[in-house]
Amino acid sequence: MDFKKQKPIYQQIADTLCERIVGGEWMADDRIPSVRDVAVQLGVNPNTVMRSFDHLQQAEIIYNRRGVGYFVAPDAKERILQLQRKEFLEDELPAFMQRLSVLGMTLDDLKQYV
Amino acid sequence: MIDIKDFSFAYKTTHVFDNINLQFQKGAIYGLLGENGVGKTTLLKVISGLLRPTAGSCMVDDYTSFDRRPEFLQNIFLLPDEVPLPDSATPDSFFRDLAVFYPKHSSDELHRLSAELKVDPLRKFKEMSFGQQKKSLLACALALNTDYLLLDEPTNGLDIPSKADFRRILTERIGAEQTIIISTHQVKDVENLIDPIIILSSNSVLLNAPVEKITEKLYFEYGGQQRPDALYSEMMPGGYLNVLVNNGLGESQLNIEALFNAVLRNSAMVKNIFE
Repeated sequence: MDFKKQKPIYQQIADTLCERIVGGEWMADDRIPSVRDVAVQLGVNPNTVMRSFDHLQQAEIIYNRRGVGYFVAPDAKERILQLQRKEFLEDELPAFMQRLSVLGMTLDDLKQYV
Repeated sequence: MIDIKDFSFAYKTTHVFDNINLQFQKGAIYGLLGENGVGKTTLLKVISGLLRPTAGSCMVDDYTSFDRRPEFLQNIFLLPDEVPLPDSATPDSFFRDLAVFYPKHSSDELHRLSAELKVDPLRKFKEMSFGQQKKSLLACALALNTDYLLLDEPTNGLDIPSKADFRRILTERIGAEQTIIISTHQVKDVENLIDPIIILSSNSVLLNAPVEKITEKLYFEYGGQQRPDALYSEMMPGGYLNVLVNNGLGESQLNIEALFNAVLRNSAMVKNIFE
């Protein structure tokens, strides 16, 4: 079965924070806004934002200095890109290939466009 | 913590709650949902000590609500949907009248919140629109700084920008010691704000679960085919929104309206899934 996905809010928030790291707004070892700051900015329950931070910490994209705050891990950018490549190969590419087959096209047909 | 045990309530011969158990933890913004007349407002009144349980108990920390001890009352505030206001009252005078009973109140906070919500605390309520009155009363309720804050339909009458301000102000307020309960029909106004979610039906509690648990047990599929095994489906642009039992489907984004409909239509099954 092909399930149409919409990511949970905590993941959407984590993705947005990752974009800001990949985009260069926050560099390695920069301090990022607090859970509360992000929650207030978005009007989202702080517990949800805490889940986003936990998620990023587990992925070693950010790290916590107790009592000080959260910081960008030195190799955060590379880790995010690795995760995004994995997501691309596992989710986006299969969906793309399926779409191609529905349209009766092959990868070869695309060559003239790229 | 609010601890409601073996609780029943009846108005004369009308049973509103029949032997329910319900707990509210600190550090959370609860959403209290239910169809008209299931007893949301009654429950808020019982918690704040305005009504006495017909059977069972309602404790807030170490206090039995209906004992209405001053130590308890000074730490809880219920903002009803409609507040009777004297003609000459302003938010500032209303707040000063209340403040004597609430030792943690802050007038600075009232002025800050009023500015943020773009209302004037020195203007008479009777000269304000319904939405402005609502915002002024919210500012007053928050500035009393009670650990327990119960809000009945707080977004009724708020304009669109004010709804976002409301969400921001509440996320700013909630801390480890606070419990906020929002009773509402306007679930879109509080989407992503309320967690856990409580759904009441006549006489019972159908659901009391954090969002994390809800999306672990249920899967929300957006824009697919209508599925025969869905607990609930509705048409949306681009297909159907399906609420499915989550058997390893992964994580998805909660949609509170669809959750509400799914729970109401499959109450026995949902109770099983969440037990």
